[in-house]
Amino acid sequence: MIDLFGYPPDQWLPFVFAGLMGLSILLYVVLDGYDLGVGILTPLADDGDQKDMMVASIGPFWDANETWLVLAVGMLLVAFPAAHGLILSTLYLPVFILLVGLILRGVSFEFRVKARAKYKGLWNGLFFVGSLMATLAQGFMLGLYIMGLQVTALTLVFATLCALALVVGYAFIGSTWLILKGEAKLQANAIRWAKNCIWGLVIGIGAISLASPIVSPRIFDKWFAFPEMLYLSPLPVLSLVLLAYLWRTLSQMPRPRDLDAWKPFVCALGLFTLAFLGLAYSFYPYVVPEKLTIYEAASAPESLLIILIGACFVVPTILAYTALAYWVFRGKAKELRYD
Amino acid sequence: METLLLSRIQFAANISFHILFPTITIALGWFLLFFKLRWQWTGDLKWMEAYRFWVKIFALSFAMGVVSGITMSFQFGTNWPGFMETVGNIAGPLLAYEVMTAFFLEAVFIGIMLFGFSRVPNWLHTTATFLVAFGTTMSTFWIIVLNSWMHTPQGFEMVDGVAFATDWLAIIFNPSMPYRLAHMLLASGLTVSFLIAGIAAFRYILGDRKETVRSQIRVGLTFGALLIPIQIFMGDLHGLNTMEYQPAKVAAMEGNFSDTDGNTPLILFGLPNEETRTVDYAVKVPNMASIILTHSAEGSIPALDEFVTEEGDVLHPPVNAVFWSFRVMVATGMAMLLISWGSLAFLWRRADDGRRFAIRRLPKPLLYGLVPMALSGWVATLAGWYTTEIGRQPWLVNGVMTTEMAVADVPAPMVLSTLIGYLVIYAALLFAYIGVILYLSIKARHNEPLTELTPSSGGAVVDAISGNDRGIVPAE
Ligand code: HDD
Ligand code: HEM
Ligand code: HEM
Repeated sequence: MIDLFGYPPDQWLPFVFAGLMGLSILLYVVLDGYDLGVGILTPLADDGDQKDMMVASIGPFWDANETWLVLAVGMLLVAFPAAHGLILSTLYLPVFILLVGLILRGVSFEFRVKARAKYKGLWNGLFFVGSLMATLAQGFMLGLYIMGLQVTALTLVFATLCALALVVGYAFIGSTWLILKGEAKLQANAIRWAKNCIWGLVIGIGAISLASPIVSPRIFDKWFAFPEMLYLSPLPVLSLVLLAYLWRTLSQMPRPRDLDAWKPFVCALGLFTLAFLGLAYSFYPYVVPEKLTIYEAASAPESLLIILIGACFVVPTILAYTALAYWVFRGKAKELRYD
Repeated sequence: METLLLSRIQFAANISFHILFPTITIALGWFLLFFKLRWQWTGDLKWMEAYRFWVKIFALSFAMGVVSGITMSFQFGTNWPGFMETVGNIAGPLLAYEVMTAFFLEAVFIGIMLFGFSRVPNWLHTTATFLVAFGTTMSTFWIIVLNSWMHTPQGFEMVDGVAFATDWLAIIFNPSMPYRLAHMLLASGLTVSFLIAGIAAFRYILGDRKETVRSQIRVGLTFGALLIPIQIFMGDLHGLNTMEYQPAKVAAMEGNFSDTDGNTPLILFGLPNEETRTVDYAVKVPNMASIILTHSAEGSIPALDEFVTEEGDVLHPPVNAVFWSFRVMVATGMAMLLISWGSLAFLWRRADDGRRFAIRRLPKPLLYGLVPMALSGWVATLAGWYTTEIGRQPWLVNGVMTTEMAVADVPAPMVLSTLIGYLVIYAALLFAYIGVILYLSIKARHNEPLTELTPSSGGAVVDAISGNDRGIVPAE
């Protein structure tokens, strides 16, 4: 089989697949992040109409957003089968909570508008509960993962903290989405929510950045060595700049003619991406922290290659038609109807 | 051992719940395209009414399919890590292709299909509808390839207990794949045909005599009548293929413990008894099993006793479950044959005005009988999968690994608690799902027939009549 830049296939293929998996996870986190966030915010809506509008803003997108999770788990499953079993059987219960959450909110999209009117409140409630459960579970799993999948009282506390931080983080990106998609009262509310949530994001990213080097000497050494520190400095610096810019933009909103409505969302995407890159750097080359590297866990190169060939054609196509969908439903959210 | 049993029940519960919805969405996507094209070609708005009614049920079923499918994709890791560790090199690429070529296609275009009607040009909406239907079919293809490979594996070699692919074409086109794929696609087509006919009959009985309701009864019955003979024929071929590759399964389906001398009778009903290794109270048709399976009265067919080793190890599947689920499937298929052709025969007779296919010519018992048949596809499909899957036991991948080898060592109480959790949620959701379909059918009675294609058609009227004061009604 083919070498790439002088690396044999059992070196470069796992690396490429770790990259693809990372990309799917990142896309999942920001994309489903904003729609889970909108779900978490629904109880704060002024009235039923506003709630409907919030759901309408994510209606055409949520399914495709969740498919990135399927791809990410799929990549873990197909490219790193050994890690897949280890991670998912350790996280057995949080995964169950995540799935129940996703089930509840996914079906509520449909039931809330199709069931008898008197049940609408019930389904709205389940929509919120489902979004919250899924987010808590994801944050909790992230926390345990950072703690090297060890279960002790301390790691559980940390995981719980991460879970809460992620709720605020998703609510934040959700409100920036609503600033982009919403009008009038809804947009004004969203601006207020975004301002209230921004601190959660700071605490969350801050706690993770501090905790991971403390827990793992390996990660500490990776970050606080010379000259790596120099190459890495853009990550924290850019994050701070983005945060400051976000805060300023939010304070000036809403502006006439809806100027800048897209900026908070794009900045939020940027912040999540930077945080993710930092994490990826910390954990590489491990897929199960401190236990299993991507090279040890990878499937047979023949099998990886056959997936990669397909991915080269299919992933750009997926991105293209995803872009088409966002373009079709561009502009302010409108009432969703089938006719 | 307890974990194994609980994990099996959990997996079976999850996949059984999941398959209910793909069975509907796979074919309903094509039916929606059919309704839409009929409207485009004839300009008759009754087809658009049919489209708008069924697209709601499609959206609901799709959402149920997606969320239960996401659960499925985690099941391998949480409960069957051994499966991926042993055959991951083969299962992995197949699952990856399913996600890449099918799931994204469906998930992205469903948004345009559902909510894009008034936002995009008509051709793009039709294309989106096509792509969603195509996506569900592609997804069926890939998952059936994987499942068929588990029944009739080939194109691989085992090195240190791990399977490595040697020939991808052989893996994809494994011997049972074409039969299983065709049988499943037909099963989906039948499920939806009878669902459409059944729900339309229900609306008709409630007094909803609109042209669209009558047409839906006709469409459902016609497709049902066309597909069921093909399905029975495919089922027969499928069985012959199974006899070649998984003889123990066929022996269990036939309930044949010991007869290998030919002239084997077909056991219609009876109680297979694994203790005495006989079928008690059997009702038999002489020579029939030999005739069906070998097309000759003398032919000899596999017997279960051939799959018990000298030491007494049983290498065939549990007989009762396979025997009974097979009979449920076939009996449902026969009921479909009778009711669809019976109804068509009555409809063929001319009405007073000389026209054929007048729904009022349908005798009451047939009309009422169509309503419970709305669920017949579900019954037959589940029964079929139980035959196939339980028939593969004790193997997980036939001849390669047993189910026991794949199970995770998650503590049994943990599996039990998640199992109970899933069952409670699934029961509640199934109840809500059927409730909403009935509610939509009852509510549709108040819709005025479409007279022009306006976005807000009928909505205000429905709301006024049903006392619905919800204000805006998104996604309806
Ligand atoms: C014969 C068809 C069939 C079978 C046997 C299965 N599925 Fe399925 N699945 C579909 C046919 C389908 C579908 C028609 O493509 C669905 C149903 C509704 C939908 O959205 O797509 C789907 C949805 C669906 C989704 C959600 C996709 C999305 O986000 O759009 C996932 C992750 C899975 N399935 C995974 C599985 C797994 C892991 C299975 C086996 C163990 C499985 N399915 C059996
Ligand atoms: C869609 C319809 C399907 C149904 C209704 C179904 C049903 C079942 C049932 C009832 C069992 C349990 C058998 C027993 O333990 O006695 C089982 C086992 C199994 N099936 Fe399927 N199955 C379906 C499709 C699939 C597919 C598509 C795959 C894989 C790609 C699959 C993989 C498995 C595995 C891994 C097991 C072993 C675990 C177990 O015994 O529970 N199944 N299935
Ligand atoms: C009435 C005549 C029928 C015959 C002779 C027949 C035959 C079979 C056989 C032999 C199998 C097992 C295949 C294996 O070895 O794994 C099977 C499976 C199955 N059957 Fe049928 N079948 C019939 C009707 C139906 C109907 C009416 C439906 C649904 C509407 C249906 C749905 C299924 C499904 C979903 C499976 C599992 C998937 C597969 O293995 O193809 N069958 N059938």
